[in-house]
Amino acid sequence: MKIDSITKLDKWRKEILTKQKTIKTKVLICLGPGCLAGGSDLILKEFQTLLKKKKIKDISVESVKKTGCHGFCARGPLVIIEPLGIFYSKVKKMHVKDIIEKTLQKGEIIEKLLYKDPNTEKIYKEWRKIPFYARQQKIALRNVGQIDPDEITDYIANGGYAALAKILKSMKPDDVIEQVSKSGLRGRGGAGFSTGRKWATCAKAEENPHYVLCNGDEGDPGAFMDRCIMEGDPHTVLEGMIICAYAVGSQEGYIYVREEYPLAVVNLQKAIDDARKYGLLGDNILGTDLCFDLKISKGGGAFVCGESSALMRSVAGEIGEPRAKYVRSVLKGLHDKPTVLNNVETFANIPVIIEKGADWFSAIGTKKSTGTKAFSLAGKIKNTGLIEVPMGIKLKEIIYDIGGGINDNREFKAVQTGGPSGGCLPADKLDLEVDFDTLADNGSMMGSGGMVVMDDRTCMVDVSRYFLNFLVEESCGKCVPCREGLFQLHKLNEKICEGKGTEDDLKLMENLSETIISGSLCGLGQSGPNPFLSTIMYFRDEYEAHVNKQECPGGVCKNLITYRINDDCNGCMACLSVCAAGAIKGKKKEQHIIDEVKCDRCGACFAVCNINAIDII
Amino acid sequence: MIIDSNKIQKVIDDSPQDKKQLIMILQNIQQEFHYLPKESIGLVSEYLGMPQSTVYSAATFYKSFSLVPRGENIIKVCKGTACHIKGADLIIDQLDAGIGIKPGQTTKDMKYTIEVVNCVGACAMAPVMIVNDKYFGEVKCNRATKLAKTG
Ligand SMILES: Cc1cc2nc3c(=O)[nH]c(=O)nc-3n(C[C@H](O)[C@H](O)[C@H](O)COP(=O)(O)O)c2cc1C
Ligand code: SF4
Ligand code: SF4
Ligand code: SF4
Ligand code: FES
Ligand code: FES
Repeated sequence: MKIDSITKLDKWRKEILTKQKTIKTKVLICLGPGCLAGGSDLILKEFQTLLKKKKIKDISVESVKKTGCHGFCARGPLVIIEPLGIFYSKVKKMHVKDIIEKTLQKGEIIEKLLYKDPNTEKIYKEWRKIPFYARQQKIALRNVGQIDPDEITDYIANGGYAALAKILKSMKPDDVIEQVSKSGLRGRGGAGFSTGRKWATCAKAEENPHYVLCNGDEGDPGAFMDRCIMEGDPHTVLEGMIICAYAVGSQEGYIYVREEYPLAVVNLQKAIDDARKYGLLGDNILGTDLCFDLKISKGGGAFVCGESSALMRSVAGEIGEPRAKYVRSVLKGLHDKPTVLNNVETFANIPVIIEKGADWFSAIGTKKSTGTKAFSLAGKIKNTGLIEVPMGIKLKEIIYDIGGGINDNREFKAVQTGGPSGGCLPADKLDLEVDFDTLADNGSMMGSGGMVVMDDRTCMVDVSRYFLNFLVEESCGKCVPCREGLFQLHKLNEKICEGKGTEDDLKLMENLSETIISGSLCGLGQSGPNPFLSTIMYFRDEYEAHVNKQECPGGVCKNLITYRINDDCNGCMACLSVCAAGAIKGKKKEQHIIDEVKCDRCGACFAVCNINAIDII
Repeated sequence: MIIDSNKIQKVIDDSPQDKKQLIMILQNIQQEFHYLPKESIGLVSEYLGMPQSTVYSAATFYKSFSLVPRGENIIKVCKGTACHIKGADLIIDQLDAGIGIKPGQTTKDMKYTIEVVNCVGACAMAPVMIVNDKYFGEVKCNRATKLAKTG
């Protein structure tokens, strides 16, 4: 069936809604990356098998829906029963029968599967009330975790493609650009450039054709927002891109997806095929003159390919080396033609901005950073997961109110934002408001939205070493300051981790950083020293402890620590069986000891001892 | 391992003869053989009419390509930021002890290959390990070898 007019789309939407009304109860099973790692695919199968056999009033196999990431990954696998919003967490396959027989059949709640807030001991029945969710506001993620990403009808039932219909019916390309500009939307991929301005420049460019590209490379290690959008709500990316194509006059677009995200590729491809089938993509979209088609381009696992000019080369089948940007890529982009490149989340915001209007959007967030931002919360924080919050929210609200605080109630040390180009913010910056400019003014950056929380057992010198190592591997090697400079910076950092560094090395590192920043061609090199610079700015005492006292306060750097078993040891032998160096001796139920000479400080014993009987000194 | 050049040629012939598709062609070959057999560099260069050096440089630039054969079972350990601070190195050490290879290596019997990857987007469940495309979250180091062997 081709939907070749806006009237037909409206009619189709009504039909879908009428049909969906007959399904009274919906069981949502999260198949996002976190829950999948916990085996939620097996839970889905179990529901389908059991429901096929059973006859329950108002409930059928159709009531069961797979969704993308619902957000609260730490409690996964999640099963949510709508419309009541019953939130079952840490569900296992064996619970499925109970859920069907008790909750679906009799309306009973299974208490042990509900979420209990470890901080307040309060038990929550409905997900919307849980503090983790209550503080959030979802725009880009509005459908993620709520709909089946494979069903275009689910997207349409939730208002999908209405924004596209609206522009085709009542807006000129310039009106669209004006709305996007007025909304204040800034690119969510890192740099925060005005989306409206970018579109306007491309629209005006005289050369043809114009291209629309979506950056789904998400190379920042520790970030998974874009993955969750592409997997959980692929049509919103498509709709955002089609609207952009209309605004800038493009007929051809590409979504660049990193190859580590195979499910994102599958779900996007299904969305593209469906959209094409129904006439929402391809020639004469919704029966109008708009023609635009999309292809997926798979990345090859190179971080630098997230950079705009490198990405465009990679899409063109070349090696993803950045080029000097004397001419901006919006004018000379893919195949040297005018090109709009936006991030996945940027595009996901577009349909909502068009539908609800620029004023509605710009009223959210702060004056210069409007709207919301999606973050992935990870690291040593209780409530790891995917969140979306209004810009301007305080860091501590994210970490404590939403994130629930630090694991094992340990002490907060730092939060890393912005990935390898960003930095680490210490405890006294927890009052900062999260927006593009505040984070940049404080030595970090918004980046794409990865937030990795670190506790007192993280070594900041090691964190810097980690990122430098990452960047040395990922530098494309085109310019010397980046290729050689980062290499030497990493070597010096390593020397400090080994306890062999000096004060002079620290100075040299700071000097070298300046050279790398000023002499590198692309953002990778220009921001490469940031993880080092931000950690030495806020955690100089840790560097000095390594250099002057040969101590690692975080207890991480192998050369500077010793593991020792204390009197609490109950002789469970767990450490002994995991020690590959054969450095642990002891009998069952007797205190064990570590041979410090044989021990190579791998830390495995420490990780497996359940009663904290091993000290790091 | 001996790979029949005709088989490689067939994969190549099924791909569009377009220089822009270089990376896609290499991806198709890798999909079929799990690595890029030596012969494929020459065959692709002939097919697309570009120097071998260009094909070779693309094959070495992108991390997802392997120029050496990989084992039957691919074990990936995530070393993204979240996994790093939650103990990814412990997993790597335990796999080294349990299977006897380091990241980037393959066992002599071609059964296992261990690879390190940068973030697979399941950071909330860090540390993460992937055995033949199946994800495992919150991996305890003392279970790593068993997971790797039994999946
Ligand atoms: C080394 C490097 C890596 C980048 N990686 C990404 C990425 O993975 N995803 C992304 O959206 N932007 C990334 N960017 C930013 C892009 O170059 C570009 O600014 C962005 O995609 C534009 O979209 P936006 O305006 O919607 O943010 C990266 C930049 C650099 C310098
Ligand atoms: S700064 Fe680094 S990554 Fe960027 S072009 Fe130069 S060498 Fe390549
Ligand atoms: S794991 Fe802990 S309690 Fe068990 S033997 Fe080792 S040190 Fe003792
Ligand atoms: S740190 Fe590693 S090598 Fe040392 S005793 Fe513990 S398990 Fe053995
Ligand atoms: S993956 Fe299920 S909640 Fe995130
Ligand atoms: S850091 Fe390991 S999955 Fe993201």
